[in-house]
Amino acid sequence: MTAWIALVLVGLMLGAAVLVLYLDNLVAAIAAASVVSLLLSLLFALLAAPDVALTEAAVGAGLSGAVLALGLRRLGLIDLGKREYPDA
Amino acid sequence: MNPPDLITILISGGIGLVAIGAVGMAVSRHLLRLVLALAIAEAGANLLLVLAGYRWDAVAPILTGATVTRPMVDPVPQALVLTAIVIGVGVQALAVALLIRVKEAYGTLDIRELKTRVEQEICGAAGIAPPESANKPGGGQPYPVPVTTSRESA
Repeated sequence: MTAWIALVLVGLMLGAAVLVLYLDNLVAAIAAASVVSLLLSLLFALLAAPDVALTEAAVGAGLSGAVLALGLRRLGLIDLGKREYPDA
Repeated sequence: MNPPDLITILISGGIGLVAIGAVGMAVSRHLLRLVLALAIAEAGANLLLVLAGYRWDAVAPILTGATVTRPMVDPVPQALVLTAIVIGVGVQALAVALLIRVKEAYGTLDIRELKTRVEQEICGAAGIAPPESANKPGGGQPYPVPVTTSRESA
């Protein structure tokens, strides 16, 4: 049972890691990197390391994503793409 | 249908993360994507380190005073990984700060454009001609038509 959960988590994590390299939008790439960190924290919880899981979720996913997104705004590269309703 | 071993799955996941990060660092043209690939390779290394101290059917290394009969996971790699996560975020913040300075100085984050600009600056300071003949096709042939697919050329 644990191995199945780990298999699903590892598959999702590798998929998100490939998406980081393939997504055109840099905001989406940063979000995919945060998803990698979040799934990695679940794997750490599975590996009987709750303190590492907490730190990875808070620092690796939260703080790192915030730092990268703020740097992206400072670089002027934030591009949220087309709006679904351009008139609104 | 039996799943593969837990350790096998996790080791392949860690090695896959390190490989994806290394390939991404090698092939990415945008500097911010290079930083993201570095973060992914770091995550894979952390997973492999925690896996080095894992024991099958072991409890988390927390002393509660209760009597447990099962063995405990090795806490030393976990402490090291805890430090490595925080250091990784520090490295990322430093890299983003350097990226902001590069953008202010050169106005671009494309690696090939930056290479030609830096070469021109160095050769201009040294007073020699820039080595652009290495990138030109030989025999006076025309340049190939550039393909523009990426939107991140800013």
